[in-house]
Parts: sequence; structure tokens; C-alpha cells
Amino acid sequence: MRALTWHGKHDVRVENAPDPEIVNPRDAIIEVTSTAICGSDLHLYDAVIPGVAKGDILGHEFMGRVVETGPKSTLQKGQRVVVPFTISCGSCFFCKASLYSACDNSNPVEKQDASEMLYGHAMSGLFGYSHLTGGYPGGQAEYVRVPFSDVGPIVVPDGVPDEQVLFLSDILPTGWMAAENCDIQPGDTVAVWGCGPVGLFAVQSALLMGAGKVIAIDHYPHRLELARRLGAEVIDFKQTHVLEALMEMSGGLGPDAVIDAVGMESHGFAPDNLLDSAKQRIGIGADSAHALRMALMAVRKGGRVSVPGVYGGMADKFPLGALMEKGLQIRTGQTHVQRYTKELLHRIMEGEIDTTFLISHRLPLEEAALGYRNFHDSQDEWTKVVLTP
Amino acid sequence: MHRRKTDIVTITGLAALAIGAAAITRMMNEAKDRPPDSAPGRTAKQSRFGRYVVAGRTVTIDAPRDRIHAVWHDPEQLVRFMQDLRAVERGPGDEMTWVIATPGGDARVRTRLVEDRPGEALAWRSVEGSDFDIEAKVQLRDAPAGRGTEVEAHVAWRPHWGVAGQWAAKLRRVDPRTRGRHELKRLKMLLETGEIATNANQRNA
Repeated sequence: MRALTWHGKHDVRVENAPDPEIVNPRDAIIEVTSTAICGSDLHLYDAVIPGVAKGDILGHEFMGRVVETGPKSTLQKGQRVVVPFTISCGSCFFCKASLYSACDNSNPVEKQDASEMLYGHAMSGLFGYSHLTGGYPGGQAEYVRVPFSDVGPIVVPDGVPDEQVLFLSDILPTGWMAAENCDIQPGDTVAVWGCGPVGLFAVQSALLMGAGKVIAIDHYPHRLELARRLGAEVIDFKQTHVLEALMEMSGGLGPDAVIDAVGMESHGFAPDNLLDSAKQRIGIGADSAHALRMALMAVRKGGRVSVPGVYGGMADKFPLGALMEKGLQIRTGQTHVQRYTKELLHRIMEGEIDTTFLISHRLPLEEAALGYRNFHDSQDEWTKVVLTP
Repeated sequence: MHRRKTDIVTITGLAALAIGAAAITRMMNEAKDRPPDSAPGRTAKQSRFGRYVVAGRTVTIDAPRDRIHAVWHDPEQLVRFMQDLRAVERGPGDEMTWVIATPGGDARVRTRLVEDRPGEALAWRSVEGSDFDIEAKVQLRDAPAGRGTEVEAHVAWRPHWGVAGQWAAKLRRVDPRTRGRHELKRLKMLLETGEIATNANQRNA
């Protein structure tokens, strides 16, 4: 089969790879019909996530048709499914508590040591990401082996276009969980850093959950325009003092909740950010936490902080004082995708949520490397790339 | 003048060394003189007990104690989750030989089952002629809040070539500590999900 593989910083290629087979009883093989490049794939592209190996097949947002099933799979050949990026067994303590991204049994044992050392505990397996999360071959390929296919994939009816449901695999539930983690009360003001796909879906979700005002922060005019169209007020950090503006736009109180949908590769010309970027470049102190620092400063006393943005390592100059003194609550984590897919599919079918506005470019899988380059270099226009094998 | 400066540096250096040594000795004695705490002995900062290295791990498995106990009597299941275990041979008498793949070739660990309380505990001790001097114990307890069973395994072994051998095995991730941890986690996978997670895309990879 053809698949997009990682070869180093800013070097991804579409190559031949062996077709996957059923390995474990609960596996299924999916023939991919649509797959997307995720913002977190750019962290791999920039080589700032540890534990990626040459030749790894990337991609964790994908959907397709079931072509083969293991004896314990509950799927049937021919079914159309969207596959969550988190691989979860469904039966461990964490899965039973709907904490799917904390699954104890999906990350291969020999891959868990590094994660235990780095985070104190091993996380679940993820498709097409780091070997810290299992090193599972990903979905930017013609076929994918899907473990625990009786738990993850959600069957979608024929007749619904791929593009309407593809983002159930990651960014839509991620934006949704980001808003849910804000514990939004009617009329709340919510500030969202980053108008990438997750930030935009978080804006959409926060409004659906009853936020009175959502303020989106970015520096790309087109992305800010998309946020505005969804109903957000916007701040361009290249022209405005963000902290001051947020205070003024929330009656001098500060936002009730804040969402960091930026993560570890924050942009912007700020002293802490320059220092973080420099350290990132030479490989010490992996995370650039500028957006999170601002969010912690901006949020009102006793407010809620939600962090869907991806971080992988350590950060310093963290405003721990603001966190403690203001009595903040932080909720974060890789998305527990399986917790949300049913409800969100229902909302899509009811026409309550549309995700297709995000897609700016459609490319054949063969041109995936071009997609990565442009998604990385031209973030203003390239908001989301969908690949078709 | 110059001479006196050198003397001062030397004296200060020696004083610092003495203070440092005293502090370290005091810290070590402090650990020794403390009353025991509630933590399992293997988590003590001192991890060698005589010539033996002790390691252990607890994993909660969502399965009843009897079912987990039975696994340890079933060689077919043992080779499924103990990846380096090639075979289990029974006899002579109540002896059991574990044939384990190691970087230096197959090792034959001959043991006797010295404790076997259904649903509670099992323990093995190596006998004369075994390739390794080792003792292993598995204890089973009900986990709180209906979470299943807490499976605690611990191993005491005498590494070949002493400390050097211990580190060499550790670096190659074939020491009993690493192996034990991996095996318990695979057992958990097998009992909770019916399979052992792998990222392999091919059956014979």
C-alpha cells in the first residue's frame, strides 16, 4: 500500500509499505477513504515530539470502509466507520470511567517504559504518533490495522459525505472536550487562544454550551475571520495588548474560562517565547508555554483553565503563583474521543454542527508531503487539509 | 603572600570535603536509624539485600483472584504473557524448569514451588543446578472498590557478575525487574482484553 512516512524534521514522504493484516482477535482492517493532517502532526513535522522513528506511518484522523475483521471484532465488512485517534480497550479501569486516552491496555508493554519515566504513568496507544504512545502505524495510508475495533470505530450511515463526519476522529471531540472542561455556565465569557481547527471547534462548542461571549485570539487574519463567522469576538495579538483587551471585554472581571488551543509551539514575539523557542531548538525544555502562561494570567479569579493544546515535556517560568493565588482549576488531557462520538454524530446528523467550513484544501494522498509543507508554512490560508488515498 | 593564598585554598577545600563527607554519612545513618514505614521493603532506597537484588511491582487486574492464581499453573498461558519464556518443563519431582531466552542463549531456571495458597499467593525458589539464583513470589489481594485483584510480584535474585552484571542486564532490559514489570502488564492485558497489545502490522512481525 501507499503511506505517508516520517523521515526527520520537515521530511515526510509517500512510500510503499506492506499491507496491514489482522494480528489480534479484536482487530479490523479499514480501507481509508479520507484522512486529514492534524495540527499535532505539525509537532511531529517540526520534530519536537520525542520518540518518532524513521519510516513511521503518520496520521490519526481517518475514516474508511471495513475490509477485514478479526474473530472478536463487532464490525462487519463493508461498514463505513470513523476511527478515534485514541486506541482504547474498553475494559480497563480507565476505559470504564470513560477516560479512554488513559487506557492501560492499548500501549504495547515494551513502549510503556519511556512514558512511565517521562510522565510517571504510561498513556494509551495513539495512531500514527510517537512511540511513547505505542508507535502504531497511522491513517495517512491506504489501509490501517485498527486494534480494539469493537470499542473505537463509530459506524456512520451511507449517504453522509466523509467530510461531514471525518473530524469525529479527533478535532471535533477535542474542541468539544475543551469547552466541556470549561464547565461553562450560561452567559460565561470564554477566551480561546489559537484559531486552528481545535480552537475553532472549541469556539463553536462553547457557544453551543451556552457561553454568552467567546473571544478568540490569533494572528492569522483568515483564521480570525473564521472564528468571527462562528460567532466569536476576536483579538489579533499582533495589533492588541491581549491581557488588557480581555479585561476590558469582560467588564474588568477577566474571562470566566480560558482555553489554550495552541500547545507547545506557540508563535509570537514575546521574551518568554523567544527563550522557549531557543531552548526547543537546542533540545532542552521542550515546551513553549507562552499561550498557557497568558491564559493563566488572563482568567478571572476562581476561573477555569482548559488545555486541549498538546504539550510533551517540561516548561519553566510557569505562573504557579497565579494558579494558586487565584484559585484556578485546570482540566486537560488527550481527548477521550470514544466518550463523545455518538453524541457528536447525532448533532452533525441533526444539522446542529457543521465541520466542513474548516476544510481549505483537498489533495490526493500522493501529494501529502505538499500538504504538510503548506499547512505548516501558510497557516493563514491552509486551515485544514483532507487527503484521499 | 602567594604561598599563603594556596594554603587557604587547600584548607578551605579540605574543610568542605570533610563537611560533605560528614553530611553524607549522617544522611546514610539517618536512613538506617529511622523506624520502618508502611512502604514495601523493595521500595527502600537501599535496593540490595546482601548479595541479592530485590524488585517488585503491583498491578491491579480486573479479574477474580482464583482466575489469576490458575494462570500461574498453566504453562500455555505463561508463555503467552512471559515473552522470553520458551517453555516450562515439569519434574523431576515437584521441580519446574523455566527455559528463558537471554541475550547469551537459553537459561534454565530450575525451581521448586515453595508456597501455593489458592487465590492468595505462590512462591518459587531456585534449586541446585539452576542457571540463576532467584526467588519469586506472587501475592493476590482484593483491590478496593471492586476494581479486581491487586497482583503483587516480587523477585530477589543474585545477578551474575554482581553489580556490573546487574547493570548490563538492566541496560539490555532483560533484568528481572524490567521483565517482571512487562510480564505483569501483559498478564493484565491478556486477562482484561483477551489479547496483548502490539503495534505490529503483520502477524509474523
